[in-house]
Amino acid sequence: MLNIDQKIRVLVAKPGLDGHDRGAKVIASALRDAGFEVIYTGLHQTPEMIVNAAVQEDVHVVAMSILSGAHMTLFPKVRELLDGAGANRILLTGGGIIPVEDIEALESQGVGRLFGPGTPTTEVIDYIQNWFVGQDTF
Amino acid sequence: MNAVTGPLESALAELLERFHAAEAVALGRAISLVENERPGFEDFLHEVLRVGPSAARIGFTGPPGAGKSSLLSVVATIWRTRNEQLGVVAVDPTSPYSGGALLGDRIRMSDLATDPGIFIRSMATRGSLGGLATTTKEVIDLMDAFGFDRVLVETVGVGQTQIEITAAADTVIVVLVPESGDAIQAMKAGLMEIADIFVVNKADRPGADRLVKDLRQGLHLRVGTVLESEPVYHGLDLDRIRRKESGEEFKGPGWSPPVLSTVAQSGEGVEHLMDMIEAHRSWLEESGELEERRRARGKVRIQDVVDRELRRTAWHSDALLAVLDQGLDRIQKGKDTPYSVAWDIVNRLLR
Ligand SMILES: Nc1nc2c(ncn2[C@@H]2O[C@H](COP(=O)(O)OP(=O)(O)OP(=O)(O)O)[C@@H](O)[C@H]2O)c(=O)[nH]1
Ligand SMILES: [Mg+2]
Repeated sequence: MLNIDQKIRVLVAKPGLDGHDRGAKVIASALRDAGFEVIYTGLHQTPEMIVNAAVQEDVHVVAMSILSGAHMTLFPKVRELLDGAGANRILLTGGGIIPVEDIEALESQGVGRLFGPGTPTTEVIDYIQNWFVGQDTF
Repeated sequence: MNAVTGPLESALAELLERFHAAEAVALGRAISLVENERPGFEDFLHEVLRVGPSAARIGFTGPPGAGKSSLLSVVATIWRTRNEQLGVVAVDPTSPYSGGALLGDRIRMSDLATDPGIFIRSMATRGSLGGLATTTKEVIDLMDAFGFDRVLVETVGVGQTQIEITAAADTVIVVLVPESGDAIQAMKAGLMEIADIFVVNKADRPGADRLVKDLRQGLHLRVGTVLESEPVYHGLDLDRIRRKESGEEFKGPGWSPPVLSTVAQSGEGVEHLMDMIEAHRSWLEESGELEERRRARGKVRIQDVVDRELRRTAWHSDALLAVLDQGLDRIQKGKDTPYSVAWDIVNRLLR
């Protein structure tokens, strides 16, 4: 049989100035082990760098890890740039230390689910897989 | 079932239009279309490839961690200062266990991350079992057709992928490091035959000079003794060797692969590498070898596409799958062999 398996492509991005990418690396390997194609771009990514990479890599999902507290600016900024680049079909999700009220505010601005520290990686994987079902994409 | 039958479906026609308008988003989407072999992808390629190849295709291959991405990034940065438009395809292996992949080559290309004159795409090898997938070569064609001056391809050098880079690039740069061993190992891996340029990177480390010398000696052995030194790897082309030996192969003087040393971080040796890339390009064009390589590439592509179409036609046909099923029943009862069933299927395909 011809094997057209739809690979889910995810950009794991680490914006901001803090130099801790352990969380990003953990999620990147977990997604890889779940059969995803994961593009990892390293530390200190600006929103412009992230969106440029997302467009070139034509990913389905951008997952950002933010520990610096700058989530209220970074998530909306990346969402806005993605939409502006004609990539509104891309799911923007992520995690970090984010208070519940901020999560609600961001979700109302077109950001997908956000995960707190210590969330089992399987939860993130399930979320992305469920979102992916029914996406009309190539 | 015929590809290339008629006008493109409207979504693809729109994509084609945006592709021709050089929209980065359209290139990103077109690559996915091809990589995932979505319906109509061959018709799309057919439209796009009406313009022949024009980009200089440069392959970087070598063992994991040799510094391929770092080196590629350094030369790309210099070409960008000359305003050359660049496409990059970085191929990393798919994990055979999970089917997933961690694609990390962009990490070394951070400096170019927002430059609109360069387009970087990471790809996993997917089902190609060590070789370069046909779809990967098709993606390189897409990049070429998009209008880049150069298309740079990075592949990890493990077995067949490394050899197959010759089927995708005009100029193959093999990147080694002092820890890579000696020339005998390079010979065994078939590297002597695929490299147009050897680079010993991480020349800031001990052992670089020795490897450079060793490679030069190893290459010297080849001159004039083509048959003796041609490694016995899969796909050995005796005809080509004969032509090479008789001098028919090259219309101009031959090319002997230079062995250079570089330090990617400091940029040491990089100018020399770039000069050699230009020299190789001129040689390709003047000797007629470029036409030869493009023709060889065309042949492989046609064969690949025929194989793919036949396979798809056979295994997507309910009628033929039924023949297969009934054949299996007869085989189980000891009344038939796999061969007569296969011949039956082939005969029906050819009708
Ligand atoms: N000392 C030294 N280190 C280098 C040099 N070039 C690259 N490196 C380092 O070697 C490591 C691997 O470099 P990459 O450019 O990622 O190598 P690669 O061949 O692309 O690796 P893969 O794509 O993973 O196979 C990085 O830590 C680089 O900083 C060099 O000339 N000297
Ligand atoms: Mg690399």
